[in-house]
Amino acid sequence: MFGKISAVKKDYLLGLAKEGKRVDGRGFDEYREITIERNVIKNAEGSAKVKIGNTMVMAGIKLEIGEPYPDSPEEGTMTTSVELPPLASPEFEPGPPTPDAIEIARVIDRGIRESEYIHLDKLVVEPGEKVWIVFIDIHVLDYDGNLFDAGSLAASAALQNAIIPNERHELGDNAPLPVGKPPISCTFVKFGDSIVVDPNLDEEQVAEARFTVALDEKGDIRAMQKGLAGSFTLDEIKNNINRARIHAKNIRKLLEE
Amino acid sequence: MIRQIVLPGTFLAEAGSKKAGKGTFIENDAIYSARLGILEERGDYINVIPLSGAYEPSIGDTVIGIVEEAMRNAWLIDINAPYPALLGVEESPWKINYGETAKYLKAGEMVIAVIARIDEARNIELTMKSKPCRKIEDGFIIEIQPTKVPRVIGKNASMLSVIKKYTGCWIFVGQNGRIWLKCPDERLGSAIEAIRKIESEAHTVGLTQRIEKMLRDRNG
Amino acid sequence: MDELIKNGIRVDGRKPDELRRIKIEAGVLYRADGSCYLEWGGNKILAAVYGPREALPRHIQDPTKALVNARYNMASFSVQERKRPGPDRRSTEISKVTSEALEAVIFTELFPRTTIDINIEVLDAEAGTRCAGITAAAVALADAGIPMRDIPVACAAGKVDGVVVLDLTREEDQEGEADLPIAIAPRSEEILLLQMDGHLTYKEFEEAIELAIKGAKQVSKLQKEALMRKYKKVE
Repeated sequence: MFGKISAVKKDYLLGLAKEGKRVDGRGFDEYREITIERNVIKNAEGSAKVKIGNTMVMAGIKLEIGEPYPDSPEEGTMTTSVELPPLASPEFEPGPPTPDAIEIARVIDRGIRESEYIHLDKLVVEPGEKVWIVFIDIHVLDYDGNLFDAGSLAASAALQNAIIPNERHELGDNAPLPVGKPPISCTFVKFGDSIVVDPNLDEEQVAEARFTVALDEKGDIRAMQKGLAGSFTLDEIKNNINRARIHAKNIRKLLEE
Repeated sequence: MIRQIVLPGTFLAEAGSKKAGKGTFIENDAIYSARLGILEERGDYINVIPLSGAYEPSIGDTVIGIVEEAMRNAWLIDINAPYPALLGVEESPWKINYGETAKYLKAGEMVIAVIARIDEARNIELTMKSKPCRKIEDGFIIEIQPTKVPRVIGKNASMLSVIKKYTGCWIFVGQNGRIWLKCPDERLGSAIEAIRKIESEAHTVGLTQRIEKMLRDRNG
Repeated sequence: MDELIKNGIRVDGRKPDELRRIKIEAGVLYRADGSCYLEWGGNKILAAVYGPREALPRHIQDPTKALVNARYNMASFSVQERKRPGPDRRSTEISKVTSEALEAVIFTELFPRTTIDINIEVLDAEAGTRCAGITAAAVALADAGIPMRDIPVACAAGKVDGVVVLDLTREEDQEGEADLPIAIAPRSEEILLLQMDGHLTYKEFEEAIELAIKGAKQVSKLQKEALMRKYKKVE
C-alpha cells in the first residue's frame, strides 16, 4: 500500500514517540476530527460519508433479493466489500481487490456480523426461498490512514439509515432496515515501543504491528485482528482493548447524534 | 488582496504587443495562459506563475532526494519528479570501492544534491560535489507543492528568515518541494504550520506579515 | 405511454433548453494532485488527477509525450440495481473516449515518458455521467496544474417525444429517441468527444448539437467559477 518510506521520517517519528508526542500534535489516545454525513447517495438504500482527519470514506448499502444460505433458510445475508480506487492515493492501482482491501472488508464484516447489528432474521421474504441480501460497499475516497475505523464507521452509519426497498420489488411499502446497536472499531499501530490510536498515513507507513478491535454497546469484544509482521505482548493487547473501550464509547455518541 | 488568477485558455494579450513567457502559449497571433496560475508582467514578457503542478527539474536545482536503490556504481534517487535521477559514485563525496555503494547510502536514506545534467530523454544526473550537498542524518522532511517553493523562501530569503527567527529551526528548502527542518524543540509544529499556511495562501499579498504575526502569537 | 413533454415543459419542470442544477467544487481531496467534486442533477462525481508521473512499466512509455489515462468507474451503490465492482465494457469504452477527449487539449509533449492518470468515480448516477465525468476531470486537471490549451467541457442533448432537448434525465434517456453527448474545447468550439445513439434527421442533429454546445458553454462558466473560488478563499 505504501511507496517510499524515508528512514529519516521513521527515526523522527520514533524519536517524537519516545517523548509521548506525535507528528500532528495529537496525544497517543487522541482521534483526529471525525465527521459523519448520512443519506448522501440517492440511488443507495442507505449511505454515509465519514471523515477521520483527511481520510474520507463513502459507504453505500444496496439490498437485493436472493437465496438464503442452505444452513440458515430463515435469515437474510450480508456481504461487505472494500474498494481502494486509484483516486484515493497515488499508490492505489486499478484492478481486483488486493489482500489489503480484502482484509479490511472481512474485519469490518466480522464486526457487524458478530455484533448482530443487522437483524438478518427479519429479512426473510419467502422462508427457504427468498431473502434480502444486504450489500455493504465501502469506497475509499481519500487515504490518510486508518481505513479500518473509517470504513467501519461509514458502514455502521449507512446501515443506520438504510431502508428495505419493498416498493421496487412490489412487496409493499419501504421500511427501515431493522438494526440493533452498531459495533465500533478501534485501531492501534505500534512503532518502537509506542502504541498509538487512529494512525495517520505517516504512522501507518512506519508501523510494525497493527491491532483492530470491534466492541459492542456493552464494551464486549465482537471482532479482533492483529496485522502486519511485528508483534504485540499479551499485556499490550489487553491494554489496547481497555483503551479501545473508552474510545468506542465516545465514537458511539457521534453515531447516535 | 489577491493577484490576478488566470486559467488554462485565458486570453492574455495580442502576440504583437507582448512576448509569450513561462506558462503561456501562442495561438492565432494571441497569447493565452496554459496553466492555472498568477499573471505576471515582467518588462515585455507575460508569464503565468503556476499555482500547482509537478516539479519540473532544471539543471542547477538543489534538491532533496530519497535513495530508492543502491546499485553497483550509482544510486537511483527519487527527487519527486516524473523522471528517475541517478547519482554516480564519481559524483558522490566519498571514495567508493566497486559494489560498496550501500555502505555509504542505502535505500530510504536522504541526500541534498544538485541536478548536473538532463538529457533529451529527461534522464537526470545528480552530483553531490558542490555546496550544500550532503547526506541527511537527522531532522524532519515535509513535502510541499514545488510551485510554492519560491514563496516559502521569499524575496531575499525574507520569509525563511521569519520562520527561522521565531522557531529556532534550521531549514533547507529543496527546489523539488521537499523541505528539511531541524528544530531544537516542539516549535517544529509551528514551523510546519507556517509552511502549510504559506502553501495554501501563496497567491495572496501581505503573507510575510501574516506569517510573522502567527509565529509571534504561537511562540512569543 | 406517458408524455415526456407537455406544453413545452418536461417531466422535471424544465424547458427544452434548460440544464439541470450543477454544483462544482475544485480541490477537494488531500492526496490527489488535483481534484473536483461535481453534482449534476442527481449525478455525484468525484474526479482526481495524479501526474505527470513516471509511466511504468517502462515499455508503455512514449518517448515523445505523456500518456493520458482516464479511468471511469461507477461505485456499486451508485445505481438503482447494485453494480458489481470492477470495469465492464461500458466503463471501458467511456474511459477510452474520455482519455482521448482530454488528451486533445493537454500539452503532452512537455512531459515525455510520463503518464497523467485521471480517475473518475461515479458515486450517484442519474443519466449523463460521462459528460459529468469529463467536466469534473477537466477541473481536476486544471487544479493539478496540467498545462492545457483550454478547459474541456461536456454536455448532452437528445430527442424526446419528437422535441430536441438539452441534458436528458434518466427517464428521458431510457424512453427518448436519441442521445447525443459531446465534449468541446469551449474557446474554439472544437469537438473533442461525440457519440450518438438513436434516430435523428440531419436537421434534428444540427439543432441538437447547437443546443449541446450552448449548454456546454454555460457549464464552462461554472467550471471556471469553481477554480477561481478555490483561490479566492483567504484566511
